[in-house]
Amino acid sequence: MSRKLLEIENLTTSFQIGDEYYAAVDDVSLTVNRNEVLGIVGESGSGKSALAFSIMRLHNRAKIEGKIKLEGIDLAKASTSDLNKLRGDKLSMIFQDPLTALNPLMEIGAQINETLILHRPKMSKQERYDRVIELLDLVGITGPEYVYQQYPHELSGGMRQRVIIAIAIANKPQLLIADEPTTALDVTIQAQILDLIRELRDEMDAGIILITHDLGVVAEMADRVAVMYAGQIVEIADVHTLFENPLHPYTRSLLNSVPTEGQDRLHVIQGIVPGLQHLPRTGCRFAARIPWIDESVHEENPLLHEVTPGHFVRCTCHSYFYFPEKGKEEITHGDT
Amino acid sequence: MWKFIVRRLLITFPQIVLLSILIFLMSQFMPGDALTGMLDPNVDQSTIQEQRERMGLNDPWHIKYANWVSGLVQGDLGQSFRFKMDVSELISQRMENTLLLGIVTLIFTYLIAIPLGITSGRYNDTLLDQAITGYTYVGFATPLFIFGLVMLFIFGYQLGWFPTSGSVGPGMVPGTLDYWISKLKHVMLPALSMALIQTVSTVQYLRSEIVDTKQKDFIITARAKGASESRVYNRHIFRNSLLPIAAFIGWEITTLIVGTVFIEQIFGYPGMGLLFLESINMRDYSVVTALVLLFGIAQILGTLLSDIILSIVDPRIRIK
Repeated sequence: MSRKLLEIENLTTSFQIGDEYYAAVDDVSLTVNRNEVLGIVGESGSGKSALAFSIMRLHNRAKIEGKIKLEGIDLAKASTSDLNKLRGDKLSMIFQDPLTALNPLMEIGAQINETLILHRPKMSKQERYDRVIELLDLVGITGPEYVYQQYPHELSGGMRQRVIIAIAIANKPQLLIADEPTTALDVTIQAQILDLIRELRDEMDAGIILITHDLGVVAEMADRVAVMYAGQIVEIADVHTLFENPLHPYTRSLLNSVPTEGQDRLHVIQGIVPGLQHLPRTGCRFAARIPWIDESVHEENPLLHEVTPGHFVRCTCHSYFYFPEKGKEEITHGDT
Repeated sequence: MWKFIVRRLLITFPQIVLLSILIFLMSQFMPGDALTGMLDPNVDQSTIQEQRERMGLNDPWHIKYANWVSGLVQGDLGQSFRFKMDVSELISQRMENTLLLGIVTLIFTYLIAIPLGITSGRYNDTLLDQAITGYTYVGFATPLFIFGLVMLFIFGYQLGWFPTSGSVGPGMVPGTLDYWISKLKHVMLPALSMALIQTVSTVQYLRSEIVDTKQKDFIITARAKGASESRVYNRHIFRNSLLPIAAFIGWEITTLIVGTVFIEQIFGYPGMGLLFLESINMRDYSVVTALVLLFGIAQILGTLLSDIILSIVDPRIRIK
C-alpha cells in the first residue's frame, strides 16, 4: 500500500468579491502520508483554514481548481453525495472553536451518534450507543454515560473540544484535519488534546493535517511543516530541517518572533498580511514586509526550489535576507 | 423542567393580581356607579344614599376591591345593565366564538408562516425569496381593518363563497354536525383575513432566524459529518430556527386579541371583541372591566405558554 494518502496538486481556491475572483489558496501542491502529521503554519489570513475547508469542500461559494486526491479520489471534482459519503468517514475535521461548533439543542451523545448513523447504517442502536460511550471514554471524558445526555452548554470548553474530536474520529478517518484544535484551550488542556491526536495517528495509521499558528505545537507534533504566506506555500521541509535551517524570510521572521531565553528584544514582522483584494499577484508576496531587502533579489515569478531533498523554498530572496537589527553578516547563514 | 414550570406559574399569580388592581382602580375613575341611570330620577336622594350604603358603594376602595375579587373568584363578574344578565354568562356565550376564531386564526397563521418562512430562509436572495419578502412588506403596510373589508367584499359579497356576518347559520341546532360545519364556514373568512396579515411578522422572523442559523459553526460541523443538505436543514437548522418562533406564540396571542376586536366588528362576528366595542359604546362598564381583565389574563397566559414551550424545546432555559 502506498504511503501517500493525500495528494494536492495546484489547488487554487478563489472567492468572489464584487465581480472578481480572488485566490485565497494559490497554486498549492502538497502530499500527506499515512501516519504522518503535516503542520501548516502561517499568520491569520495566510490561507491555512481556507486550504482545510477546500480539502473538506466546506466552502459555500468558492471556485476550486486543481486536484485534491484522497487515495485516488479527486475531492475537487466529487459530487455532493460522494462527498457526504467521505466526509465524517474517511476524512474528517476538528474545528477551532469548541464553543460554537456543537449544536446547542442536541444531546452530546446524539451529536456523536449522528456520524455513526450516517456512515455505519448497519450498526444497531445498542452498538452505536456503546461506540459513542467508547469514544467519549477514548477522548478522556469521565462519566461518559452521564455526558451522553448532557447538552453542550453544560460542558467546559476543553470537554467540548474533546467531543468535537470524538465526532471527528468516530469512524476512524484516514485523513484528519485539525484546524487550530488547541487555540481556544488553556495550556494544560492543550497538551492533553495534542497527546490525544498523536495517539490517534498511531492507532489508526491516519494522516493528520495540523493547522496552527503556534510554532511550539508544530515543533512538538509535526513530522513535516509547510509554511503558508498569502495563500502560497513559501517553504516546506521536515520539522528538524525547518527549525534548524529555516530559509525563507517569512519562516525566519516567524521563528524569530518566538521569545527565547536571553533575548531582550522580540522581532516583530512589519505590517500585516494584506487582504485578498490587495494581495500582490506577481513577484515575491513577502517583499513588501521586508522593505530593507533590495528589490532586485526577488524572483519575478517566484517558484518553489528544492534546496536539499524534501526542503522546498519559494523565491531566491532567502539567500540575501538578513534581520535589520542583526546586520548583513547573517546573509551567509541562508546560503546553501 | 417541572420545577421551572411551577416557578413560572408562581410568578404569573402576582402578575394577575396586579393586573386586577390596575383594572379595578381604572374602573373606579370612571364617572358614575352601579346605580347611575338605573333608578327612577324621582326617587328621593336619601333613599339612593341609603341604597349606596347598603350595597357597599361608599366603602373605601380596598374593601370594594376585596368584594369585587371575591366575586370574581366565584365567577361573578357583575351585571350587564344593557343585557340585564350576568356578565359571566354573557361573556361565556361569546367566548366560545372568539376562542374558535383565535384557534383557527393561529392555525392559519402557522400554516402560512412556516412553509413561507422556511422557503424564504433556505433559498434566500432568490426570486422566490424576494416574492415572499415582498408579500411580508405588503402585509406589514396593510391595516387589518381595510384588508378585512376587502376580503369581505370579494369573498363574501362578490364571490359569495362565505357568509358575510354572524357566527352560525340561522335555525341550526347546537351540537349537530351541520351546526359545526356552519360555524366553521362563518369563522373561515375572518380567520383567514387576520392570519394573512398577522403571519407576515412570523414569516420574516423565521426567515431571518434560518438565514442566521445557516451560518453558524455547528452547521459546518454537521456538513463535515457528511450530513446531506436535507438532513442539515431538518435536523440542525429548522429546530434551532423554530425555537424563537415558539416563543413568539405569546406575542401572537396578544396581537390576536387586538385583531379580534377589529375583525369581529367588520365581519359582524359575535365574539368578545365585538362585545367589547359594543359595551364601550353603551357605557356598559361591568362588561368592559370584565373583558379587559380577561384580555389581560389571556396575554399573561400567552407569555406563560411561550416560556413553557421554550423550556420544552430549549435545554438552555431549563436550568435556572
